[in-house]
This record gives sequence, structure tokens and C-alpha cells, in this order.
Amino acid sequence: MSFFEIENLSLSFGGVKAVDDVSFAMNEGEVFTIVGPNGAGKSTVFNMISSFYTPDGGQIRFKGEDITEVRADQIARIGIARTFQNIELFEHSTVLQNLLIGREIHSRVPVLRQLIFDPGVRRAELVHRAQVEDVIDFLELAHYRDERIANLPYGVRKKIELGRALCVEPKLLLLDEPASGLNPEETEEMGFWIDDIKNDLGISVLMIEHDMSLVNEVSDRVLALNNGRVIAEGSAQEVQNHPDVVAAYLGGAA
Amino acid sequence: MRVLFKTDYNQDIKFAKHGGYTFWYGLLLAAVFIAPFALDTYWINELTRVLIYALAGLGLMVVTGFTGQVSLGHAAFMAIGAYSHAFLLSQGVPFLFSLPIAALTSGVVGLMIAIPASRMTGLYLTIASLAFAIVVEDVIIHWESVTGGNRGMLVDTPILFGYEIFEAWEYYYIVLVLLIMSITLVLNILRSPLGRSMLAVRDSEISAESLGIRVARTKVLAFLISASLTGLAGGLFAHFIQFLSPETFGIILSIQLLLMVVVGGLGTVHGAVYGAILIGFLEASISILKDVLPPAIGNQPGLEPGLFGLILVLFIIFEPEGVYGRWLKFRTFLENFPFYRRNTFKRQRSYLKTERMR
Repeated sequence: MSFFEIENLSLSFGGVKAVDDVSFAMNEGEVFTIVGPNGAGKSTVFNMISSFYTPDGGQIRFKGEDITEVRADQIARIGIARTFQNIELFEHSTVLQNLLIGREIHSRVPVLRQLIFDPGVRRAELVHRAQVEDVIDFLELAHYRDERIANLPYGVRKKIELGRALCVEPKLLLLDEPASGLNPEETEEMGFWIDDIKNDLGISVLMIEHDMSLVNEVSDRVLALNNGRVIAEGSAQEVQNHPDVVAAYLGGAA
Repeated sequence: MRVLFKTDYNQDIKFAKHGGYTFWYGLLLAAVFIAPFALDTYWINELTRVLIYALAGLGLMVVTGFTGQVSLGHAAFMAIGAYSHAFLLSQGVPFLFSLPIAALTSGVVGLMIAIPASRMTGLYLTIASLAFAIVVEDVIIHWESVTGGNRGMLVDTPILFGYEIFEAWEYYYIVLVLLIMSITLVLNILRSPLGRSMLAVRDSEISAESLGIRVARTKVLAFLISASLTGLAGGLFAHFIQFLSPETFGIILSIQLLLMVVVGGLGTVHGAVYGAILIGFLEASISILKDVLPPAIGNQPGLEPGLFGLILVLFIIFEPEGVYGRWLKFRTFLENFPFYRRNTFKRQRSYLKTERMR
């Protein structure tokens, strides 16, 4: 039994096969990267894991359990958190509020007590605050704690989105292009965070990424997709040198 | 400029973030409690009207300002609150029970509307809420045994612990206390998980969902709370106008409520109160304006809704953050004087939101 497994996953939009019979398995504690040209179906795979799309066929298994049919708002409760390619933060809230929203699945106080805000609610809030503060320390976000997202630059937003996913305390973290829009230094920093997330927090990472320097630096294994199909799997080096991958990116006879 | 030195998580949770809060809001509280002693009956009544509007606006703020669901049908919840309160009173239910029951009735109707409505977004929801308001108005007209139909309905004088509330100032205090309680309730929501999920649903449903927030449930709860508060305002409004007729709760009132929250400042409790003050002021000035203008213009039937619409459009174009947002900017200007930069509140960059799935 693999930690996380996708089997024969397929999805078509009209006549276009966005994802066509994709299978892979990742182990616990691994950083597993999906690469591929634009339109290869990488984000579609993520959106099927998040249950935003329902696959036409195939199965998604997490710790041996079939999660293909699980509702989108239950995915986080199972232990899978994610970030988005085009940052989906809560723009009009502060960094702190964004991170606290990441604690949603851990708050169990009934609504009526929240209205009254009894001491129990306050105690629960303080616990969440302490947890969020750990993430703030971890990602060095203290400087931005009370800023509204709308006032923050792109690189910081990327980090906050990562932090919000960490507040969920997931077992598996899905990162959709964590380095897109970042400059080389920020990309390098992102690499360190991902390493730390794997080694210090023990969270497995499934990532989509185009930046090969980052892919080489952090990935344990890499999977290449093209036109919705798997074309190569292996170490970062193996995949990059695979003739089909070279052909997919550069064109040519393959 | 004030720099807060934080040493305790409770500092972020409590209402009064620093001494300034305690001082100014204490002053405001003292002022509204002393007001009836200093004002004559006319102004006490005007003030009561503003407080009731603020309560109704607070209700709308929960659903539109916090949860991002624009409703053009909130007058209907006021109507439901007002009519059920008046009906219960006429059946001999005491004021103290009738008012909360009326508010809850409105809340439950809101809940039933929200269950199908939570599947809709944006304009569709707005249109649906508008349709709902029209249906409610029709029901009031035709359900004569309860509502008196077009003939209208007299509202009994409120009796509290065997004591009849006749004086304007007595009623003012009832409304004031209920408003303060409601504001506390809403502030509590805002600092607890429910309030945060509302803001999350407003700003990005998709990431809210991926974080485990049950979007439909959040919207339904928002409607329940919102409709209850607006229904409560309706019940209070019933005594204020003393005579209910269906046209009181027409589309104009819905637009006024929406105008209040937008002009006051969407997404803030302050906004509801500022909006109410502004609308109260506006109503008074329009009636003065009508006397001044030549009768050909002053007696045009569309004058009020036209002006309301114009103000709404102007605010959306020039100050989408409303009066409260403008005040925050002005305060920052004062705090940073003379170092204020013109583009402090401009976004540093605007990013495309492509790949939105819903």
C-alpha cells in the first residue's frame, strides 16, 4: 500500500482528454514533482485530488482509502492541503486572519457558543493563535502579521499561501507551482522551505513546478506529463534526459 | 502614530485594542445614553429611526458585507419581523417573548431561502432575493386574516413588565440596548471561526473549500443570523411607525438598506452604523429639498429612489470602501502627516485572477 496513489485517472472536457489514464504512487516523506508543458493536465490532476473536478474514471487513494468521491470540503479533514497556481488568498483580511482560517478544520466550538464568545471559545482561539504563531516563526512572516494581503508583494503572498496550507497541519501538501512569479533568490528560499517542510515537519509534498532548478533541488522523484499522459518517471535527471520529455518541450520527432 | 507593542494573544481578541478605543467608544456610549436628556421628542424619534436602520443594516452587513452575498430583498425580512411581532402582540403574547419569536421567524424564513440560494452566486442570488421580497409583499397583501392586507394593521403599544412604553425616550433606550447587544453579537462572530469562514467565502470560495470550510453551511448560517437581526429591526420598526402597510416594506426599503451598507463601508460593523446615520440624514434632507425645489421637480414620484440610486452608483465608482473606508484613509493621513504618500492605499500591483473555476 502506497501512501498516496493515483490509478488510471482520466478526465475529458468536451472532446479534449485533459488527463488520460494517469497513474503514479508516492511514498510517505517524499517530495514528488509533476512537470510538463502548459496544458499537460498537471493542474487538472490537482483539481481532481481536491475534488473540484470529478474524474471520468480511475481512483485516487490516500493511505489505502479511496478518496475519489470525497467532498471538496472534506479533503482538508483527511489531511491534504494545497496552494493554488494563481494565489487564492483572502485579499481583504490580514495575514493573521488568513492563517487562522487555515485552522478551520481544527475548530470544534459550536456556533451558538461562538456568538456568545464564552471563555471556552477564547481558550480555543488562544490555542489556534499559538499554532499559527509557530507557522509565522517557521516561515519568518512576523513582519507582515497584521498587514492586509492586498498591500503585500507577490513573493510574500506565495509564502503566506504556503503558511496557510501548513496551518491545516496536513499529512500531504499539494503545491501548484510554488516558484511561479518568484525571482531566483525567492525561488531558492522556497526550495529551503520545501526541504524543511519535508524534513522538520514530516509532511509529504506533491508539487507541480516548471522551474527546473527548484525541481532538481528538492524532488525525490519526478513525473512528466504531456497531453494528459505520463511520458516519463524517475529521478529529476532521468526525466530531464528522457527523449520523450525533450521532444515534448522542444518539439521534434518522438 | 501609535505603535502597538503586543505581548499577549488576547490583545488581538479583545474589542478595545488600545486606550484610544476605550476612550472614544466610551465617550460615544456616554453620548448616546445621555442624548434623550438633551434632545426634544422630534430628535429622539429621528435618532431612534437611525438606530433601527443601523440594526437592519447590521443584519444585511452579515450577509452582504461579510459573506459577500448581495441581497436586494432584506426589506422582506424586516416585513416578516414587523408583521409577526405585531400579530403576536395582537394575540396577547407579551412584548418580551414576541420580539425574539418574530426575529427567529424571520431568521427561519431566511434559512429556508438560503438553502436553495446558497447554490447561486452574484447577480443570480441578487435577482432571486429581489423576487423573494416581491413574493413576501404579495403574501402580506393577500393574507388578510393575519396582516390586514392593504387596509394595514395597527401595532399595539409595547408593554414591558406591566409598564406601557409611551414616551419616545423610553422606546429609544429599548432600541439602543438591543442594538448594542446585536453589535456585540456580530463582533463576537467576527472574532471567532464562523466569522472568519464568512470572510473566506466572500473572498475565495474555492480556497475556502480546500481549507475545509463548508461553503453552503457558512452561507446558510449567515442568512439565518442576518435575517434574524433584520427581523428584530423590523419588530422594533413596527412600534416606531405604529401602523403597518405592505408598501412600507417595498423595494425602496431594500435599496435603502443596500445603500446603507455600501455607502457606510462594506465588511465593517462601523459601516452599518455610518450608513444608517447617512440614510437618516438623507431622508430628512430630501424632504426639506422637496419644499425648496419647484413643485414640478419636487413632486416627481421617482425623486427619492433616483437620488438613492445616484448616490449608490457614485460611491461604488469613487469610494467602494464607503464612508468608513474614507475615514480610515483620512486617519492614516493624519497619523502620518506630513509623510503621507498618495498611493498608500493603491495596490502595489494588480494580479490577474485567471483559472477561476466558479
